[in-house]
Amino acid sequence: MSQQILEGLAAIVNEVAGVPVADVQLDKSFIDDLDIDSLSMVEVVIAAEDKWGVKIPDSEVKNLKTVGDAVTFISANVK
Amino acid sequence: MTRQVVITGLGMTTPVGGDVESSWRTVLAGTPGISIINEPWTHDQPSKIAGIMAVDPASCLAPHEARKLDRSQQAAIVAAREAWADAGAPEIDPDRLGAVVATGMGGLISLISSYDLLLERGASRISPHMVTMIMPNGSAAQIGLEIGARAGVHTPVSACASGAEAISYAARMIQEGRADVVVAGGTEAVIHPITMAGFAAMRALSTRNDDPAAASRPYDIDRDGFVMGEGAGIMVLESAEFAAARGAKIYGVYGGSGLTSDGHHIAQPDPQGRGATRAIAEALADAGLSASDIVHVNAHATSTPQGDIAESAAILAALGSHTGNVAVTGTKSMTGHLLGGAGAVESIFTVLALRDRLVPPTANLHNLDPQINLDVVGGAPRPLPAGDIAALNNSFGFGGHDVALVFRSA
Repeated sequence: MSQQILEGLAAIVNEVAGVPVADVQLDKSFIDDLDIDSLSMVEVVIAAEDKWGVKIPDSEVKNLKTVGDAVTFISANVK
Repeated sequence: MTRQVVITGLGMTTPVGGDVESSWRTVLAGTPGISIINEPWTHDQPSKIAGIMAVDPASCLAPHEARKLDRSQQAAIVAAREAWADAGAPEIDPDRLGAVVATGMGGLISLISSYDLLLERGASRISPHMVTMIMPNGSAAQIGLEIGARAGVHTPVSACASGAEAISYAARMIQEGRADVVVAGGTEAVIHPITMAGFAAMRALSTRNDDPAAASRPYDIDRDGFVMGEGAGIMVLESAEFAAARGAKIYGVYGGSGLTSDGHHIAQPDPQGRGATRAIAEALADAGLSASDIVHVNAHATSTPQGDIAESAAILAALGSHTGNVAVTGTKSMTGHLLGGAGAVESIFTVLALRDRLVPPTANLHNLDPQINLDVVGGAPRPLPAGDIAALNNSFGFGGHDVALVFRSA
């Protein structure tokens, strides 16, 4: 499941920010490694919510520092 | 002594070509880029034709760039990249680099599509880029960001005079010493049922739907309105000293500008073109030239019955007895009307006409309206004389805005 979510997230990050899919790995920081700014992060969140039917509240987004954080959150909340 | 301003880079994407070279070749050949709008929404539109960009600007950008930009911004970025590269990507202190990019309507289409999305899927689905996509200063800001401009980023908004006003503003930034290099121009992309319906409601658009290529016909007796176009034109303006110091290629010299207003009507031109006459006179004075120095006018010439006559009157009043020696052309006959992009694209055509000493013809000019007392170039391109020559570009906008720009040969 986590692998599927990682792959899906990598596709979203690629589409939103042009980051190569292979660079989107669990230990990568959205801001520091992938150069995702706060606006693009909102796009990632919207796309992830649509894709997995999860709700990612703003209060949670600030905790999603790495790709791994996002994969963990989505895995735990996906229905 | 005012600092001299030269033009060192050109870029455009228009209905007649995806870059400067192809657009210029097409207008010299007199070939219109107007076609039927192939969309179901045209069924109840009086005007079903437009000048659609020959190359989709999104196809020239990375997908993640295109998704954050309104179509007008995509066009502006494409044109700006061409102009900047053409100028040799000058190395410059960012504090001395500016960007002035105009638009008439900004990111209108992005606003409407966002509203459609809001109604359909709710507030949470609105893109975080929506605001920067719709703000009129978006193109100037995006270009400024890309080249790192810190001397100032500005967006004049004066409807169809916007693009010309941007070039004037940019040149004055250099003349006043605020900047050494300014990337300047205009953009527009609002071919959408709501804008087409709005302009049609004003009875401003051509309805020659059965013959799109013949629809935009400035100065011809059978003209029946303007044809909507879209695209962007960007030029790199530079102080002559800075350009000389780096050995830049120089296309032409910015001479001067005149900016006035009609004070007459919100959308109709002053029938005698008094505001336009004063704009031309001011531009000549600003350039330190007289009417006899002008050999060519790239006219605003939108192909509306009233507008073309008012402009003709203005040119005649401003240039007087020299009018007969001036080769006038209306390139909107081929591009359609790029609204906020028009003044910039047509300024580039004016500069290229001076460089190549060749005036592009006005397409579809078969029977000159007897009320037009100008030497309008039709059929084939017209050669211009050797030596130091100068030309005018006129741009007027709803709201009564009149802008005239003077350019000189390099």
